[in-house]
Amino acid sequence: MTTFTDWDILRNLLLAARWTLLLSLTAFFGGTLVAMPLVMVRLTRRRWPNRAISTYIELFQGTPLLMQLFLAFFGVALFGIDVSPWTAASLALTLYTSAFLIDIWVGSINALPKGQWEASRCLGLAKGQTLYRVVLPQALRIGIAPTVGFAVQVVKGTALASIIGFVELTKAGTILNNVTYQPFKVFGLVALGYFLICYPLSRYSQYLEKKFNAAHHH
Amino acid sequence: MTEQLDFPALLPYWPQLLAGLWVTIQLTVMATAGGVALGILGAALRSGRPSALSRLWGCYVELIRNTPFVVQLFFIVFGLPNLGLKLTAGEAALLAMLINLGAYSTEIIRAGIQVTPKGQWEAGRVLGLTRSQTFLRVVLPPSLKRIYPALVSQCIIVMLGSSVVSQVSYEELTFAANLIQSRTFLSFEVYLVTTLIYLALSIAMRQLLLAAGRKWLGGTA
Repeated sequence: MTTFTDWDILRNLLLAARWTLLLSLTAFFGGTLVAMPLVMVRLTRRRWPNRAISTYIELFQGTPLLMQLFLAFFGVALFGIDVSPWTAASLALTLYTSAFLIDIWVGSINALPKGQWEASRCLGLAKGQTLYRVVLPQALRIGIAPTVGFAVQVVKGTALASIIGFVELTKAGTILNNVTYQPFKVFGLVALGYFLICYPLSRYSQYLEKKFNAAHHH
Repeated sequence: MTEQLDFPALLPYWPQLLAGLWVTIQLTVMATAGGVALGILGAALRSGRPSALSRLWGCYVELIRNTPFVVQLFFIVFGLPNLGLKLTAGEAALLAMLINLGAYSTEIIRAGIQVTPKGQWEAGRVLGLTRSQTFLRVVLPPSLKRIYPALVSQCIIVMLGSSVVSQVSYEELTFAANLIQSRTFLSFEVYLVTTLIYLALSIAMRQLLLAAGRKWLGGTA
């Protein structure tokens, strides 16, 4: 019978928190890669591709992330590929993240006055040039605060990967609780772990929002 | 080898899914009503004069918004009995959802109150209304109307999040899906059907709440 000291609990949670961070980063960068081309497609305003993207967004925003994880876990296995919880969690969280990022970014671009496009076109810039040199730099300023805010949702979303058996912060907490029978301490520390990751992001997002909003009103 | 999907094999299990769906709906209705009420209370507190209570409420909001729902649920289910507070799975699930939505809706409603012109408060007070009357009858309705779509989205997020309470053995929709999965081993089929049920529920909930908003709050939304 081994006994767990407080230090053992803390050490194991810290080790597991690395996986929470890694999964969050994977989902966020994966989501960015999936979202960017789809944002471009949205801007073309072609009918059918846009409908397909709307459905994609509705599917991922209108269903539980837990179900998406289950479907990724069992769905990929249907093709005879053995998936690890890590792969399934990365896949599901990447798609989930991309669905929200498309919305945020398209919203940021559309928030710019139409005159920006028209003025650039009048000045003889090509559509691509207008997008990259005029629209995107401004849209970035609008979109950054909600994007950072959404990163908090991604970090919290990774906690559900514990349910398909991926050992990150929450799963480590469950395991430690089962051996130590100290749920108050263990889950308190798990919650603290998430808070330490998410709170700075939340504050940064609020700061960015204030900064760019202030710039807007002058 | 790839296997054939077998949806008809799920047919005998539809009463279980339906029962689970009903529990999810009940849980959502109670959590939404209670959570929004909690949010109105919190927003009133946070918009008033700074006090120890309003600061404490601010801590609660930040704590909940920056930790995952599943951890909050585990803390309540496994942690609270340690303090001598015994809860059934259903009570714990509802409590977790209430606390969660309470925090988010506080922030959303407060944002609506913040942009309400100060003159509204002053006008209400000048007309002889008390502070709470001014808040409830003058300031709150237009504030709610302004942030109503965001509030609806948050309620739907809480509904979708309720799938997590299956993990503490509360017998809602996801729990039913897990049960059927363990009996039939038709994992993908069960979860696909369940996902579509959630999708239908979220679409219906949005339409219903937005229609209710148009009726009770009037105009936009």
